[in-house]
Amino acid sequence: MNSPADNGLASDNRRLLLRLALSALVMFGFGFLLVPFYEKICDATGINNVLRPEAEAGARFAADAPLNSQVDASRSILVQFDANLHDLPWRFQPVQRSVSVHPGQLVHVEYEVTNTRAEPITGQAVPSYGPQLAGQYFRKLDCFCFAQQTLAPGERRIMPVVFVVDPALPPDVNTITLSYTFFELKGRSAASSAGGRAS
Amino acid sequence: MAAVTPDQLHGHHAPRGVMRWLTTTNHKDIGTMYMIFSFIMFLSGGVLALTIRAELFKPGLQVVQPEFFNQLTTMHGLIMVFGAIMPAFVGFANWMIPLMIGASDMAFARMNNWSFWLLPPAAILLIGSFFAPGGATAAGWTLYAPLSVQMGMGMDLAIFAIHIMGVSSIMGAINIVVTVLNMRAPGMTMMKMPLFCWTWLITAYLLIAVMPVLAGAVTMILADRHFGTSFFNAAGGGDPVMYQHIFWFFGHPEVYIMILPAFGIVSQIIPTFSRKPLFGYASMVYATASIAILSFAVWAHHMFATGMPAAGQLFFMYATMLIAVPTGVKVFNWIATMWRGSLSFEPPMLWATGFIFVFTIGGFTGLICAIAPIDIQVQDTYYVVAHFHYVLVAGSLFALFAGAYYWLPKWTGHMPSESLGKLHFWCSMVFFNLTFFPMHFLGLAGMPRRIPDYALQFADFNAIASVGAFGFGLSQLIFIVVVVKCIRGGERAAARSWESAEGLEWTVPSPAPHHTFEEAPVVR
Repeated sequence: MNSPADNGLASDNRRLLLRLALSALVMFGFGFLLVPFYEKICDATGINNVLRPEAEAGARFAADAPLNSQVDASRSILVQFDANLHDLPWRFQPVQRSVSVHPGQLVHVEYEVTNTRAEPITGQAVPSYGPQLAGQYFRKLDCFCFAQQTLAPGERRIMPVVFVVDPALPPDVNTITLSYTFFELKGRSAASSAGGRAS
Repeated sequence: MAAVTPDQLHGHHAPRGVMRWLTTTNHKDIGTMYMIFSFIMFLSGGVLALTIRAELFKPGLQVVQPEFFNQLTTMHGLIMVFGAIMPAFVGFANWMIPLMIGASDMAFARMNNWSFWLLPPAAILLIGSFFAPGGATAAGWTLYAPLSVQMGMGMDLAIFAIHIMGVSSIMGAINIVVTVLNMRAPGMTMMKMPLFCWTWLITAYLLIAVMPVLAGAVTMILADRHFGTSFFNAAGGGDPVMYQHIFWFFGHPEVYIMILPAFGIVSQIIPTFSRKPLFGYASMVYATASIAILSFAVWAHHMFATGMPAAGQLFFMYATMLIAVPTGVKVFNWIATMWRGSLSFEPPMLWATGFIFVFTIGGFTGLICAIAPIDIQVQDTYYVVAHFHYVLVAGSLFALFAGAYYWLPKWTGHMPSESLGKLHFWCSMVFFNLTFFPMHFLGLAGMPRRIPDYALQFADFNAIASVGAFGFGLSQLIFIVVVVKCIRGGERAAARSWESAEGLEWTVPSPAPHHTFEEAPVVR
């Protein structure tokens, strides 16, 4: 079985194996390269201006121009707060039931959450809006729902939401309900989520 | 396999019992193990699917809770794609490619053993994740961020399982490329190769190109979850839609990875039972290659609804519709092969003809989904579910059954029972359509997928689909009976088990001895 022809075949095979394994490695790196690659292409061609027709119509960077940040004192919007739990042994409620805000005004509100169980629990809050279309005019600058929350046994925490209601809010919307639901994230230990999600 | 008698192992001091299978480097043993593994995974994924259908039998929640339902749909997809369909084709490649090109074994026999034995641990990780705190991953088989960044540890287990299965498929693909390119018998030129070898060669290149990209994508998720990076985490400046781009850069070639070997199997079977050579061999090869090349330029048709500029939608829409051309060439060639042939419909031919019929339906609904304005309507509805089950079940799976009935005589030395094979085919065909055809109507009427409950007007079609699904699932038990009977005994198969079957694999005795083509045959 050790004829010269066989040795030639074996080394041919090995060469091809190395070449193919190398291309697999290159493709692994290429996967990571795709991240900056997509961003560069979108920047260079400006094709990421979805839903901004004014940007496509010539004034390519119009949408990046400073927005009118004036507070529209002529309107008042009632923002109501709601809190729900999904199978979670916590107490969760807004500190204030509702606030009246002017569009464009920076507002700071708080939610209170207490872990009633004798063990640390990790949860994630998911927001929803009523009416649904108000969501896109509701700009949150900070929110506890951006990160997973791990509460020690019996821990009580006051958590902020900082938001601005966009002055572009349609005039027929006078009341917005912001509702959070906390879901438990089973299987995520306190350590891993503190390392991964601290933001 | 029972057919391998001790005297065929003579002079090799081969270990017996479990060690024989653990340490084997024989391409036939490894191919057999791949197929048994994938069939077990097929049944496990099927049980998950039946649980889904039981829940959807009537509106409301009866059987499972929504969280568990999400785990079921996710794991059904992952298990069927990575555990059942892909390893089954690798098993066919292991068994048949060396026999078809006149090689004595695969190029790297030990690596072959390793690439199989990576699979069971990966399967245990994947299925075991059901028992992890928080349950298995429920982000859908596409593992979209941000859900996949937030899930519990079941997600980590799934990521590791995908890493391991990815390494396994890359090793298997490298083995196949080297075998096909370097180990062909004298006189077996590339354009004389059986089409199954051609489709697998091209598939193997696709695997080497895109499996590492998937590995990279899930590694990025892992880093986002545990190491504080923000590839896809919007709160840290990442972009969840970026994940979809990277995933589908893998995902679209992946669907051809699952269908091209099926085209190869069907292209072997149709000529045999038409008693005519394959019509348009060269065009089949070029069509396969063009499908593979085009598959890299169409990924974003999975993402029309994410908000894409019109220019992008148009490009991906036209590129996708272009793929219908080489696919149409293939369907045309199969039918042209059957045209005026002396047809006979033994079980392999039944499955292959059934494949052409139902796969073409799936291809047409694919064209409909490719049209961007329609896709935005049917995105994430049961129309899409119907489409991809028509191409994956009726495409890949039916072709796998066709191939199994075709080569069972070569594997076991006995002819598979014709009546049971026909029963298996007709039950599968009827129940498959009963399950998935109504889903087109459900999708067009707007029923969203991956949701455990639905509005009352969808109740009748869902009940029909559930009845069909249980019928389809139970029909697959017939296949177990066929295979067991075929291994135990039955009509002895000749070396050329089917009249007018062409190819080197039919020149060795049935069952194929443990070692074949130690002296390379010469192909004229």
